[in-house]
Amino acid sequence: MEKIVLPDINDLHQISVYEQNGGYTAARKAFGQKPDEIIDTVKKSGLRGRGGAAFSAGLKWSFMPKATNKPKYLCINGDESEPGSFKDRQIFEYNPHQLIEGILIASYAIGAKVTYVYIRGEYHKWIKLFEKALSDAYEQGYAGEKMKEKFGTEFSCEIYVHKGAGAYICGEESALMNSIEGKRGYPRVKPPFPAQNGLWGCPTTINNVETITNVPAIINKGWEWFSQIGEPKHPGTLLYGISGHVNKPGVYELPSGMLLTDLIYNYAGGVSGNKKILCIIPGGSSMPPLRGDQIDGVKMDAESLKAVGTSIGTAGVMVMDEDTDLVKVLARIAKFYYHESCGQCTPCREGTGWMLKILNRLAAGEGSIHDLDLLVSVASNIEGNTICALGEAAAWPVRHMVTRFRDYFEQRVKKEVTLQVANKVHSMRHTAFPLTEIKE
Amino acid sequence: MEFKFTEENLTKIEGILKKYPEKKAAVMPVLYIAQEQNGWISQEVMKEVAALLDMHSDEVLGVVTFYTMYHQKPMGKYHLQVCTNVSCMLRGAYSIYNHVKDKLKIENGGITEDAVFSLEEVECMGSCGTAPMIAVNEDFFENLDEQKVDQIIESFKDRN
Repeated sequence: MEKIVLPDINDLHQISVYEQNGGYTAARKAFGQKPDEIIDTVKKSGLRGRGGAAFSAGLKWSFMPKATNKPKYLCINGDESEPGSFKDRQIFEYNPHQLIEGILIASYAIGAKVTYVYIRGEYHKWIKLFEKALSDAYEQGYAGEKMKEKFGTEFSCEIYVHKGAGAYICGEESALMNSIEGKRGYPRVKPPFPAQNGLWGCPTTINNVETITNVPAIINKGWEWFSQIGEPKHPGTLLYGISGHVNKPGVYELPSGMLLTDLIYNYAGGVSGNKKILCIIPGGSSMPPLRGDQIDGVKMDAESLKAVGTSIGTAGVMVMDEDTDLVKVLARIAKFYYHESCGQCTPCREGTGWMLKILNRLAAGEGSIHDLDLLVSVASNIEGNTICALGEAAAWPVRHMVTRFRDYFEQRVKKEVTLQVANKVHSMRHTAFPLTEIKE
Repeated sequence: MEFKFTEENLTKIEGILKKYPEKKAAVMPVLYIAQEQNGWISQEVMKEVAALLDMHSDEVLGVVTFYTMYHQKPMGKYHLQVCTNVSCMLRGAYSIYNHVKDKLKIENGGITEDAVFSLEEVECMGSCGTAPMIAVNEDFFENLDEQKVDQIIESFKDRN
């Protein structure tokens, strides 16, 4: 199987090696076409975003307005902070020039003169590696003003790196733009969408690192070729990041639609100690978990996972064996979202804290059976009631873990049930009794 | 204590400003430079950054408090960041974290008396495939066990 994003070529991060292997020929080819042709090719290829939402990349590009006096921007999302997701760092390290080439093509297609590559602040090493590749590209005329000479075109674009500073929410596209603008990373209310009103109020497209790295191959080999790899509705390869209780954790580039069991047992070396699988999170910690006995025949692509009630996310597969304390795992996940909630929307800001408190109570053995329903209720009240998808990201694992592992969680609650009414006035508010009749 | 950027850093900042259409957008990279020079972000640093970028110092404060990587107090010379998120947790991150706590006798956010080490429990660092991990300042140490953690801490003690 041919690899697109991370081919097995030694020293591919060096510009000379990249050039020897056909590097920057796709950009040259693209500059000879009309921008609309490129957008059309990418649309037909079926390339979908690799950052979590799996939205059609070509369609996203086509939203950029043609007639506008404002400058247009491209942002590359390399914030990669979703727990269980560690794929983009491989691209920065092993194939940065293909990302740069993808940026050139995308910039040309949407008419962007400036690109900001947003990389999470903790990735010091990978920022340096990418900046090295970028400065080589500038030197060789593959970016900046020199492009006109190198490619013999009128088009040129600038690429800048913007370093994050430890906020998960900046992976959300509108928070990412606020962060580049030098503000707190608060997500914006949509609409208006970035293509109309993005960076500094100008038309902006935001794509994930892996998505853009696929583009040069699509231009060079054609959309027909790409659309035939893996699952037809979610074609191409995916960087599956497998972590947790497996013998060989790591990133594996394979066609989309791989069987989950195939990934775990044939590529990641099986479960450590030959134990059974209790739980799997298929796409990073915010995706609904699956039971170990639910994964037979489940394929890893957006549509197949949707059918079994979860989502592809970033294809970061977390494997938990039968001895895992799921209550503690869920409490840890809840802690993460509590920590990362930006605090703009009340349901998320308060709800994440409540879920954490309840889960900590359960983990300490102090939870009651009512807490399980309370968790589902709190989670359901966050979902759909927030500006951005962090609400769903926090609620999904809780709601689905508690419902799908109800038996497991019920074993962990206190046996005796004490009926408590914390606040009688509050609890009677919807009754016909006048408040004065409530007695202790 | 008054804070002024060094000439060298002012030149760097000039280069950064060229990347953005607005001065304010440079606040994050400029804060990084300030932190590198000063060790942490003090009130004086924020005032200076604000003056340089035509911002209000409260706006800068808003940015500093939002992002966890800007330190609002002095940190140890070697800042240990232990990830305890799920992928690391499944591979023993909490025993590593507790081991570091016991060894250095500091809590989360704490700093050793000699100011050589400080400790922070951090969220996912993207080392899920090579878990568990510790980052010391900017460098990642991965695939750890308690023995390796001891070696790392000793090596930094020696370096000091």
